[in-house]
Amino acid sequence: MNGRLDAKIPEGPIEDKWRSWLDAHRLVGPRNRPAYTVIVVGTGLAGASAAASLAALGYKVKSFCFQDSARRAHSIAAQGGINAAKDLANEGDTVRRLFVDTMKGGDFRAREANVWRLAELSTNIVDQAVAQGVPFNREYGGQLATRSFGGVLVQRTFYSRGQTGQQLLLGAYSALQHQVAAGNATIYNRHEMLDLVLVDGQARGIIARNLVTGELERHAADAVVLASGGYTNVYYLSTNAMGSNVTAAWKAHRRGALMANPCFTQIHPTCIPQSGEYQSKLTLMSESLRNDGRVWVPRQPGDRRRPSDIPEHERYYFLEERYPSFGNLVPRDVASRAAKVVCDDGLGVGATGRGVYLDFRDAIAQRGRAEIQARYGNLFDMYRRITGDDPYTTPMMIYPAPHYAMGGLWVDYELQTTIPGCFAIGEANFSDHGANRLGASAMMQCLADGYFIVPHTVTNYLAQRLPRVTERDPAFDAVEREVRDRLRRLVSIGGRTAPQVFHRQLGNVMLDKCGMARSAEGLTQAISEIHAIRDEFWQDLRVDGSIDELNQSLEYAGRVADFLELAELMCLDALKRNESAGGHFREEYQTEDGEALRDDENFATVTAWEYGGERAMPVAHEEPLTFENVQLATRSYK
Amino acid sequence: MNFTLEVWRQDYPGAEGRFETIEARDIDPDASFLEMLDQVNERLIAEGRRAIAFDSDCREGICGACSLTIDGLPHGPRQVTTCQTYMRDFRDGQRIRIEPFRSNAFPVLRDLVVDRSALDRIIQAGGYVSTTTGPQPDPNAAPVSPDVQQRAMDAAICIGCGACVAACPNGAAMLFTGAKVTHLNLLPQGQPERERRALAMVRQMDEEGFGGCTNYGECSRACPQEISIDVIGMLNREYRRAVRGQARSREKMVAQ
Repeated sequence: MNGRLDAKIPEGPIEDKWRSWLDAHRLVGPRNRPAYTVIVVGTGLAGASAAASLAALGYKVKSFCFQDSARRAHSIAAQGGINAAKDLANEGDTVRRLFVDTMKGGDFRAREANVWRLAELSTNIVDQAVAQGVPFNREYGGQLATRSFGGVLVQRTFYSRGQTGQQLLLGAYSALQHQVAAGNATIYNRHEMLDLVLVDGQARGIIARNLVTGELERHAADAVVLASGGYTNVYYLSTNAMGSNVTAAWKAHRRGALMANPCFTQIHPTCIPQSGEYQSKLTLMSESLRNDGRVWVPRQPGDRRRPSDIPEHERYYFLEERYPSFGNLVPRDVASRAAKVVCDDGLGVGATGRGVYLDFRDAIAQRGRAEIQARYGNLFDMYRRITGDDPYTTPMMIYPAPHYAMGGLWVDYELQTTIPGCFAIGEANFSDHGANRLGASAMMQCLADGYFIVPHTVTNYLAQRLPRVTERDPAFDAVEREVRDRLRRLVSIGGRTAPQVFHRQLGNVMLDKCGMARSAEGLTQAISEIHAIRDEFWQDLRVDGSIDELNQSLEYAGRVADFLELAELMCLDALKRNESAGGHFREEYQTEDGEALRDDENFATVTAWEYGGERAMPVAHEEPLTFENVQLATRSYK
Repeated sequence: MNFTLEVWRQDYPGAEGRFETIEARDIDPDASFLEMLDQVNERLIAEGRRAIAFDSDCREGICGACSLTIDGLPHGPRQVTTCQTYMRDFRDGQRIRIEPFRSNAFPVLRDLVVDRSALDRIIQAGGYVSTTTGPQPDPNAAPVSPDVQQRAMDAAICIGCGACVAACPNGAAMLFTGAKVTHLNLLPQGQPERERRALAMVRQMDEEGFGGCTNYGECSRACPQEISIDVIGMLNREYRRAVRGQARSREKMVAQ
């Protein structure tokens, strides 16, 4: 790595970049494709769509997931919808508008060329999904229905009730199963990637652990695509699935892939508050609820009356008052921070005082209960099941929770990491959302990457005709040995403490000091606390059972060990970024009325970190961001 | 709250299993069933004992990973996934028997973890539209009435957990298969492969060793997504239609 990061962005006007890249990229003939093996790690929207598309081209695809079935990846839980600039509502929506909204929503910390391509491809995704049989909601005439989402003024979000992620994922999963049936793809379920194997500096395979037998397996390939998701489980408390982890991405990072903007994480405003410290998984309530729900707290601190007993003039609709033009539909980072501020001021509700109301009283009065039920019925049911409260008669109680990682592996325009042959797609990469992701954009990015981008960029990479590598290559011996040594180390510490205890400690530090608000002082302190937890982990961990069997504590311990390393990098990154942008709010850098204060002079950049070695300082590389198609402006939703 | 758990323990596939009695003390009534097991596991590990293996992931009722049988009922007493079953639904001091989903087609891998890949193979047999990535027609060119969309969606919401199989006295997977056939066969995109899909998925279901439906209705009562048994009626109709179609085209060939 010689300091310079080349994003390989094609020349020419932004509208033509992707077309001109496609025009010039190298191809592999159909008859030659079966000779190439491509590994795809993860079977969420990005992984399943990439694996299905690469297999359909004719490559031999090996698809890996740690779950028992490819259909369980956490994309399944995405609720609200997927954006596409189709302008079906005749509002004058265009690709450029979606591009501008995404750039602005990301607080101008994303790469223009990637975001444009995303907006451009958005229109194809819905068509692809419908062709697979995804039952999107329809209008009376049978046309596709749309709705609006946070941070935008148009209705460009397509949805299948409140289960859009499930339906889109099952579409991609079924496309992948179709390729399995056709003999082009093989799924390795209950397999966890534990390291990346490099030969001559190129990614040539992985070491995966068969989670049923404990066996370490070698899988050689010509390219490796990481679609392993995000890392917000580093906070312990998060809306991610229990198994979501950073391990695959982190192993690639340790082997030379740069990690970009790791401090950019999204704390989602509408989650059901935690009920006890044993609970790590928080349930998200779709952002779409903010279309009709009004967010408020009592004006009087410590008001213990029932919400229905609090008269209108004593209710503080803080989003509507602070941001009159967007009101309850401000972007997630803004909504979360505003909720934190009112709770810090003692206005929060619920047993812990860390909660705000999301109230449907007025919407029900205006539109009728049936209409609200049609829109959000399953979400209301879910809320009632979890809390025992009925949102039709009493407001929901919500609080922000870690939800999504905008940061991730650094990739160029071709979605390739700094390791040749190692690609990263979906939430695992850093590419398109800058410092804050807009609602209904994650699924769009995953599927754009998986269906329409990575199949071509992998082809372009494979066309250079790589030398053949097999599992007998000595590089596999060496990496497999390292993986085995580490697993043995984890089971043989012989301490007294279960892995979840360390995870919880780490999460408390991260949420407190590297969460919705950060400061130089807090971050410095967090780093020394993380070191202390890490030392304790390697001295006092207990993993029951052995490495050669189904052992969930061992799986968990390995993931916590990697989170402990990532956490430090997140703090370093947050410390280095002396500005506030999107989800990264440094208390030292704010406007008089408490909004994020960017420093475009010094920080209109991507910080990409190079692994420095065991307990050594990582090296920061910068990719300057240029803004030619969108005007840098202070984000205002007022 | 306190509970006495009788937990199925099994070390590896095919090993002889046994019930072990484990105490769960000081549990918050608002803890979910799986959060209760998390706490039990944390304590078991600290005591130097072996943690209970069980599958779970999303913990919000949509991934379909959790697969416990609680006091004989797949997922538990409330017709929701185990992760959405809360301890407040049980009595303080209650004895609770926890087993894996029981079915011949779902071999136990360890403790409460079962192998449900048979369900993936049913999908591989035909639970998809044979299209590949590329330019697709404008979705509005094939309008779908909201009524049909809703019926397709009522089936498409299946989470593939397998509770229907575990609940069925015959170990049938017809609710699962019927849901997929209903979803795809109702929509315009599913029409070209309508017959082939029904035939292939039913054939695979038989090959995996699942039983047949005799209308007990337990599947639908156990389904956390409340998928109606109507999908089995639809599957039967689609299957008969496909078989008749095959017979007719054979006759035609003979006549020619």
